[in-house]
Amino acid sequence: MAKAPAASAAPQKNAVPASIDETLRLLGSAEYLADRSLATVLFLALKMGRPIFLEGEAGVGKTEIAKVLSSTLGRKLIRLQCYEGLDVASAVYEWNYAAQMIAIRVAEAEGTIDRDRLSHDIFSERFLIKRPLLQALEPDPAGAPVLLIDELDRADEAFEAFLLEVLADSQVTIPELGTVKAEHPPIVVITSNRTREIHDALKRRCLYHWVGYPDARRELSIVRTKVPGIGATLSEQLVFFVQALRKEDLFKSPGVAETLDWATALSELDVTALDPATISDTLGVLLKYQDDIARIDNSKAAQILQEVRAELRAAE
Amino acid sequence: MARKPNPVYDHKASDGKLAENIVYFARALRAAGIPVGPGSVLDALSAVKAAGVGTRDDFYWTLHAVFVKRHEHTLLFDQAFKLFFRKRDYLEKMMSSMLPNVQGQEPEAPKAGAARVAEALFSGMNEQEREKPRDVEIDARLTVSDREVLQRKDFAQMSAAEIAQARLAIQNLVLPLDEVKTRRLTPSARGRVVDMRRTLRASLKAGGALIDLKTLGPRTKEPPIVALVDISGSMSQYTRLFLHFLHAVTDARKRVHTFLFGTRLTNVTRALKQRDPDEALDSCSSSVTDWSGGTRIATSLHDFNKLWARRVLTQGAIVLLITDGLERDPDDRLSFEIDRLHRSCRRLIWLNPLLRFEGFEAKAKGIRTMLPHVDELRAIHNLDSMSELVKVLSSRHRSEDKDAWLKRVA
Repeated sequence: MAKAPAASAAPQKNAVPASIDETLRLLGSAEYLADRSLATVLFLALKMGRPIFLEGEAGVGKTEIAKVLSSTLGRKLIRLQCYEGLDVASAVYEWNYAAQMIAIRVAEAEGTIDRDRLSHDIFSERFLIKRPLLQALEPDPAGAPVLLIDELDRADEAFEAFLLEVLADSQVTIPELGTVKAEHPPIVVITSNRTREIHDALKRRCLYHWVGYPDARRELSIVRTKVPGIGATLSEQLVFFVQALRKEDLFKSPGVAETLDWATALSELDVTALDPATISDTLGVLLKYQDDIARIDNSKAAQILQEVRAELRAAE
Repeated sequence: MARKPNPVYDHKASDGKLAENIVYFARALRAAGIPVGPGSVLDALSAVKAAGVGTRDDFYWTLHAVFVKRHEHTLLFDQAFKLFFRKRDYLEKMMSSMLPNVQGQEPEAPKAGAARVAEALFSGMNEQEREKPRDVEIDARLTVSDREVLQRKDFAQMSAAEIAQARLAIQNLVLPLDEVKTRRLTPSARGRVVDMRRTLRASLKAGGALIDLKTLGPRTKEPPIVALVDISGSMSQYTRLFLHFLHAVTDARKRVHTFLFGTRLTNVTRALKQRDPDEALDSCSSSVTDWSGGTRIATSLHDFNKLWARRVLTQGAIVLLITDGLERDPDDRLSFEIDRLHRSCRRLIWLNPLLRFEGFEAKAKGIRTMLPHVDELRAIHNLDSMSELVKVLSSRHRSEDKDAWLKRVA
């Protein structure tokens, strides 16, 4: 119901999808190949106006979802990158102290020091600097913006509390000014790499989804979509190789981002099919820990490659 | 309202039934250990209405989106969903016209988590509580047991005197105030950053004529504590006491994670968060299956490093490793894993009850492998050593003990 005026005022492409299938198509149109579970959660989040909380290993495309949503729905993307020590002043709002100082001085020079009026003037919207969370609550002709709160686990626990009000009621309370409430709640996407647990109070307000590694078929279509011009044999081999690597006992399994990097690297090198030498030369693109690289040495890589080839031959 | 993808689901006819079933399902999830509040039930109802019940998969993921808030719960949810909607046949009936092949499915072999969920779902059926099986206590002190004893240890056996003593001691422990600087700022008279907001407010009081600078300094915070407790046979005499200790610490501090390991690693942080020590230890003992079995330190540390280190060792964590170091088969893996553990935390303190023996020498291979990688080696076998530990936790000084232990043997 809240969505209705936005949809009628805005062009058709800004409307939120009406079904799960439509959500899948929408993501697909921006070359994001999601599985049905993710599409379901996204659809529900859009439909119910709830924030969506995405957790998963690094490089599985969590941040990408927000970007894709913003581009396909034609909404503005507002990004808040979290870090330790992130506070209200850099996440929500800050007062323009320099301007305030000048205003005080001017008032002083004019000799009209009425303390109540002065403090009222000083803390007005004129002197307010809006940071991402507050910006996301502003009305936008293209429809409510997409607010990406990236890597929330990097911020310390204290920061989560600032988010609760925004997430639950799409509003921010500024002590000096009052409550700022969004007319149309923004589409909030929160991502976390799970380097610590996010508090349940925050999770409760969101729809939760664990973004896992894609299966071989989907990863293959991702590679072929994102790296156009890659050979059929190479793409098949490298995807199955990465899938086999994820079954190994590695400290950090390669994500989809790594697969794509590897695919780009190999196609830049004009490789048409995998061989052990190429793998060991380019393994640094896939694996980022020395222990993992040492574990996948020449003979191990050759063995995995052989299994991959056999598997592919059997599938033919 | 969105057009429903399939006309089979009729709002008016099945609304009441749907709500009822979701409420029952939520209750089952709660019993299976997924915290589901009444708010989630309302959410689930509106989510199902928003999505429309198209296929079983869509229904599954719709409920999943609302009820599951942790990755670990997916498994429980999955089992509960299968059991619940298999038993009631509700979903099948509702979708029978479009999914005729679902009905003839053979029941699959029970998966991990099924037992727990099944127990939760059908627990109300037999009124009589099953009698708890008697414990078979095997004193495996100072021996490295090869057998994995899958038995549940009953904490109720702790004598009243013991409990009283432990509680008393715990009450007397002043918990450490070893604080680390965070990047967050707090008002401080000696700080170096000017707090413009407070400065401005303060100067307004004087009508702006006087600018009184207010400053901010770094805020400090207690670092998280991660305890890895060996519960193998050779340690069985101490684990109870340690758990009481850790419960007290968990109670007083916000960020304490406790893991138990014998042959496998179990996270008991949530269990220890219960207020009552007896309840906490009880739920702790029921979540662990390898009490008083053998020790696989390397394997357990490997599991910890791989699955948990990146999740709990942030923000300058202190690791308490409580084990006698009697590894069944020490090899390179042990030194590799303990090294990795050491590198990923701020301070690694090894608490070893064997140190209580006067003639203790770091002779066992496992001990010699681990010693070079720990920051500190301390005894922990009685209340005295426990309060000693508390003192150490709060000080910044680093003991040279462990080198002395190594030298004595060399």
